[in-house]
Amino acid sequence: MKTAAVRWSALALTAGLVFAGCAQGTSDSSDDETGGGTTFDPEAELSGELDVMGFGAGDEIGQTRVDLAGAAIAPATVKLIEGDLDIQQFLSAIASGEPPELVYANRDQIGTFASRGAIIPLDECIDGEGIDTSMYLEPALNQVSFDGSVYGIPEFNSVQITQANADLLAAAGLTLDDVNGSDWDAITAANQAMYVGSGGSLSVIGYDSKLPEFLPLWAKANGADLLSEDGRTAQLDDPKVVEALEWAVGIYNDQGGFGTVKAYRDSADFFGAGNQFATNVLGAMPMEQWYVNVLNDVSPDAPMAFDTVRDREGEPLAYASGSAWAIPKGSENPEAACRFIKTMTETDSWIAAAQARVDLREAEGKPFTGLLTGNAEADQQIQDQFVTPSGDAKWDAAVQATYEANDHTFTLPANPADAEFKTAWQDGVNRVLNGQQEPADALAQAQEEAQAALDEAWSTWDEREEG
Amino acid sequence: MASTQVNASGTLGDDRAARARRISRRRETRAALLFISPWIVGFLIFTLWPIIYSGYLSLTDYDVINSPNFVGLENYEELFRDPKIRTALWNTFIFTVIQVPLYCLVSLALALLLDKAGRAAGFFRTAFFLPKMTPPVAVGILLLLLFNGQDGLINGVLGWFGIDGPAWTTDPNWVKPGLILMSLWSVGSSVIILLAALRNVPQELYDSAKVDGASWWQQTRKITVPMISGALFFIFIVNTIAGFQTFTEAYTAFFGSGNTTYSNDAALFYVIYLFRQAFEFLNMGYASAMAWLLFVIIMIFTAIQIKVSRRFVYYEGEQR
Repeated sequence: MKTAAVRWSALALTAGLVFAGCAQGTSDSSDDETGGGTTFDPEAELSGELDVMGFGAGDEIGQTRVDLAGAAIAPATVKLIEGDLDIQQFLSAIASGEPPELVYANRDQIGTFASRGAIIPLDECIDGEGIDTSMYLEPALNQVSFDGSVYGIPEFNSVQITQANADLLAAAGLTLDDVNGSDWDAITAANQAMYVGSGGSLSVIGYDSKLPEFLPLWAKANGADLLSEDGRTAQLDDPKVVEALEWAVGIYNDQGGFGTVKAYRDSADFFGAGNQFATNVLGAMPMEQWYVNVLNDVSPDAPMAFDTVRDREGEPLAYASGSAWAIPKGSENPEAACRFIKTMTETDSWIAAAQARVDLREAEGKPFTGLLTGNAEADQQIQDQFVTPSGDAKWDAAVQATYEANDHTFTLPANPADAEFKTAWQDGVNRVLNGQQEPADALAQAQEEAQAALDEAWSTWDEREEG
Repeated sequence: MASTQVNASGTLGDDRAARARRISRRRETRAALLFISPWIVGFLIFTLWPIIYSGYLSLTDYDVINSPNFVGLENYEELFRDPKIRTALWNTFIFTVIQVPLYCLVSLALALLLDKAGRAAGFFRTAFFLPKMTPPVAVGILLLLLFNGQDGLINGVLGWFGIDGPAWTTDPNWVKPGLILMSLWSVGSSVIILLAALRNVPQELYDSAKVDGASWWQQTRKITVPMISGALFFIFIVNTIAGFQTFTEAYTAFFGSGNTTYSNDAALFYVIYLFRQAFEFLNMGYASAMAWLLFVIIMIFTAIQIKVSRRFVYYEGEQR
């Protein structure tokens, strides 16, 4: 009996291992990254299916463009795998040799994907389909360019503007100039003037410097970049970065510490009618422009005031982020993917999408607050064509600040260790916020960690390029 | 002669019967293996093979996309150099050492109460078990709400007694205690197991003890706990393993959707760091080495627990 059991077990084990072996990735099976014999021709008739991962046409802006792009690639058909990009799912698909035809990712992920060969350079696609890359915002395009090639086509642009409670400012005898970033001492003073709290409890946050996420903004405002232009050298221990962090953390320390401010911030009804501005419990903060829409929707009568965020010279400044389209290695329909991208991001598609939004907002009796597309040409036309005075000066000021910020953006360059780099500086800031380290020490440690990650990732990339 | 024939015939008969039994058993074995073959194949493909393969990957530099590049023991050497491994292991160890006994004690206390609850036991059993049904991600978010230093329910309750509650979600000294307390949210399943064990303790033992004048505490110590020690040990060992693998609640609250940018080193548990290495930094080879280190640690702790348990755990029918 034992013999039979052993025999059967051995058979099952062998079968299992064979099946498992068969299930191994086939990522190396194709040498041709673009699927073989790819020609990008705007006149060519396309066929097949286009699986798009990471994009959801959840609103009129997305749906209008998807309809146009779908028509552009017909008779090829589009299938959206909706929801934010699941990196595990995407990488597993690449590793198993069954990638989607097109992927929609955050722009700061492009460098990592490109350096690992998960996505292909779009130079041929851009040339073949005649995509005019000069229409895209330069910082956005830089963010998706890696080692001299464009790996992604950018869309949307998220920028910060100063958002403030006009009533609290007025009650403290302050103006927007005191909180727009042009004078850090003024912000510190304004924070102390507006904040209300005692002990470990707060009832009004004077100013929220939005750490850790906005360290790049404050560093840039102080004249420093966290990463060198070529994406190879971390500059986290630059004295100007340290100074920026010390100041931004000081804003929290003046209000009882970051823990106190964060606890109060977390307890707020951020997306509801009881938000911090509507309930007069937040003086001012830098915040992305999309929050203007939220405020306008849920608390149109909130006493708001808006300006751009400004550097210490008084110039507008914004740390931009957004999305990008990329074609995965092994995509079976790169031609359709390329034309789809082209149509999704071209000026006419954005105009049509903006028109759809304007119509919807008018139907709801709400103002159109602009649309930042990542396409400079489209932004300008949308602003000229659709942005009109709403009759409420504060919301018009928000739109004006948004467009001004959009013209003064910066990004961090694409690099092969983006996630580790970001983790290093955010962990550094968090150690300061948690009271574990002083800013200089935290950033020195972060510098070491970030540089080690960059060195390793770049060395792998360089070896691969040489090999 | 006759005797020889009988013996020979008897031997032949025995042989035939034995062969028939063997054939019958073989058939049964074959049928049994056939019936469980889907599970065997599933186990081989989805469990055993990945385990073996991760052992290989732990010896490679692998970014999930390109082919693994053999690097020998480099990843294991890196484990000893990486300061975050020490942080993560320390956090995990402290969490497990405090959480597991507390979890078992609370489970036992609730089970003892339920055992005395009479008709209401069914209701309370369901009530205690319900939180277990909450998805762990939701528990992570709930932690941020309940333990909010400003408006959280926990500090609100502490405030009734004049206690100024700590910043549970930001103060590194209070992050782990908060997570440990929150883990008691899912104590229901252990309560059910212990309650079942309690119901199996023979009533005559208590009757005898009462005749001898034993108090409730003496009965609990001398009868209840020894008699349910098998179930207690099961809960202890399973929760120790789960403690070493703590991930979802802490990740959600301090690294995932609850806080996309804010994190806290005090909540950096080993599996969280492993996950980040594998799926955020794409260092799958290093993450595999981390997984094997954790496997060895859990094996050692489990072996110690089993060894120690022989002195304390009583199994029904066991002769000592």
